[in-house]
Amino acid sequence: MIPLSCYLVLSGILFVSGVLGFLIKRNIITIFMSIELMLNGVNLSFVAFAAHWHMLGNVHALSGQIFVFFVMVVAAAEAAVGLAIIIAVYRTRETLNVDQVNLLKL
Amino acid sequence: MTPNPYLWLIPVLPLAGAAINGFFGRHSSKKAISTIALVFCGAAFLLALKIAFGFSSAAAPYYFDFAHWIRAGNFQADFSFYLDQLSLVMLLVVTGVGFLIHIYSVGYMWEDDGYYRFMSYLNLFMFFMLTLVLAKNYLLMFIGWEGVGLASYLLIGYWFTKDSAASAGKKAFIVNRIGDFGFLIALFLIIQHFGSLDFTRVFAAAQALPPETAGTGLLTSIGLLLMVGAAGKSAQIPLYVWLPDAMEGPTPVSALIHAATMVTAGVYMVARSHVIFERAPGAMTVVAVIGTLTALFAATIGIAQTDIKKVLAYSTISQLGYMFMACGVAAFSSGIFHLMTHAFFKGLLFLAAGSVIHGIGGEQDMRKMGGLRVYMPWTFLTMTIATFAIAGIPPLAGFFSKDEILWMAYSSPHGSWVFWLIGVVTAFITSFYMFRLWFMTFFGDYRGTAAHEEMGHSAGGHGSRAGAPAPHGHGHGEPHESPWVMLGPLVILAVLSFVGGWVGINHRFDLFLSPVFRSHAAFVQLKALTTQEVAQREAADQLELAFTGISVAVGLLGLYLAWLLYHKRLDLPEKIAASLGSLYRAVANKYYVDELYAVLFVNPIVEGSTAILWKGMDQGMIDATVNNGADSARHVSDNLRHMQSGNLRSYAGWVAAGGAVVIAYMIWMGVR
Repeated sequence: MIPLSCYLVLSGILFVSGVLGFLIKRNIITIFMSIELMLNGVNLSFVAFAAHWHMLGNVHALSGQIFVFFVMVVAAAEAAVGLAIIIAVYRTRETLNVDQVNLLKL
Repeated sequence: MTPNPYLWLIPVLPLAGAAINGFFGRHSSKKAISTIALVFCGAAFLLALKIAFGFSSAAAPYYFDFAHWIRAGNFQADFSFYLDQLSLVMLLVVTGVGFLIHIYSVGYMWEDDGYYRFMSYLNLFMFFMLTLVLAKNYLLMFIGWEGVGLASYLLIGYWFTKDSAASAGKKAFIVNRIGDFGFLIALFLIIQHFGSLDFTRVFAAAQALPPETAGTGLLTSIGLLLMVGAAGKSAQIPLYVWLPDAMEGPTPVSALIHAATMVTAGVYMVARSHVIFERAPGAMTVVAVIGTLTALFAATIGIAQTDIKKVLAYSTISQLGYMFMACGVAAFSSGIFHLMTHAFFKGLLFLAAGSVIHGIGGEQDMRKMGGLRVYMPWTFLTMTIATFAIAGIPPLAGFFSKDEILWMAYSSPHGSWVFWLIGVVTAFITSFYMFRLWFMTFFGDYRGTAAHEEMGHSAGGHGSRAGAPAPHGHGHGEPHESPWVMLGPLVILAVLSFVGGWVGINHRFDLFLSPVFRSHAAFVQLKALTTQEVAQREAADQLELAFTGISVAVGLLGLYLAWLLYHKRLDLPEKIAASLGSLYRAVANKYYVDELYAVLFVNPIVEGSTAILWKGMDQGMIDATVNNGADSARHVSDNLRHMQSGNLRSYAGWVAAGGAVVIAYMIWMGVR
């Protein structure tokens, strides 16, 4: 039986690497992937907590699982919109470096 | 009390004229402007005449409540108008003389660029003056009172590009403000103690109070404060200093506002408040003393002035002093009588002086006039009548009113031989300086031409310096008579100055006003006389006749002296001036009163305001607070601005840092 703390540590590691990637990387695609990493780090802790409560005998503790589905749906939608925006940005500025995309207007 | 629904129209008509000319005059032709100004002012005059012909002493006083104004608890002040014998006299003087001066202004101001502005201001003045005269309560009177001050300010500073005119306007306004301060406090006292400002209610309440003994009490305070207001508006000691400077305004303005009507508002107000003054002997004495001193003081200054309008200005102050002297000895109707005749002859004097100034191209210095009777016979004729009238030569108007005041100053229960003596001396001085003006202006040889050639008259230098309308289209080699639009009013006023005093024969004017004042003379006439009283009256009549003889004699003496000094022996005045030395210089410099006020009041206030209020309070505290606040806000924002770099990763960094802070806080709280 793997203890809850291990899941949480892994979740934390995933989230922090997402944050660091988001801060360090310049490429928008990479930043985008870092966001997914953060989301999934959070998802992992949701699922871990849900399983933990279920194991402790609370058979109705499913909200964690359900929340994960919500997050996934939102992440999918966000990916679709986000990639569309990235394409639009690339078409107009011909770069994916966020440091050069610091103005909203052209 | 009879309602008269037309009363409100009299002040409102000139207001309409002022509004039309003020708003649309800039683009109208001068003919249209003149028509509007004259029609509205003339309509007010005709309406006043109609009301005067329908006036019956049995039905008086008339009133009309135009609209509600202030209602607060028990206190109420409305737009109500009131017409009794006193306001009827004022109404006719103001509209009549005002209308004549409007006509005159058309000729005098025709060449001026701001013609529409001038006419609009004149009409505005008429509105406020009529409001003042017809008001039924002190508050509405105060509106008119302040309004005529405003119109006076606007018209004194009419040539506002000239520095002296602008500052003369300010001086008039500020000095008047000091007087208005006293007036306002008097009104507050009246509200406090009588709960109303309505004339009838205030006077009914004051009538119920007993006369106050020497110099104490509520009515005395109210009376003294009202007199402060009157001294400001009517140019009495110590607040007279603005009136001579007010001569910077165009001459019709000097005639209308600063001689005939506005400056008499103080006399009217004191006469209107006679119920209060009659019960405050202390205040009455102060009024009489101030009036008497002002009469003498201003007359002596008038001797040494060389500017024709300044002589008339000091003469006005002096004559106003006579009116206050009359009010101060409870001879209110005599004061009002003199107010009326003075409006005729002083208005005429100013208009004739304006005609002279106009005719010689803007020159106001009498030393550069002379011999003008040949060039402008009509002006000479009318000016002569006015001069004889003010000098008190019978049977002209000034004789009757001045003589009545002098007699009342002696014989009234409040009077004294001191007032009479100073009054007679003043009458002599008045006669002297008026004939001096008359001889210097109209007799001898014309002394202006040489000066004109020296000055190179083409530049219009005289006009702009002296303040009369400079831009004449034609040259000014020869003095010339004024056009008939100006001479017409002169002639009418000359007739009035001649016959205007006759209404006072047999105390008829007194009797007409007696319902208002219940004056001494009227009571003496009306009640049945015992033999003893008849004897007393006969003795008094003989004394009065003797006094009349004295005042006529001093008038003629003044004429003789002026003739001797300024016509016969032209070398004498300079010798006398030289022998008097410093006394003459003091008189010529108006006793240095302006300089004294500058040292005592003006400079300390200006310097104190500069150092403490401006540099200390305003710049040091108020501006500093605001500016420092703004500066520090800008510094903070300047630094915070760098957060908004547009750099996506730095935003993310801030979000992460914020998140870290929140988490750290929660962990810390959790640990505790």
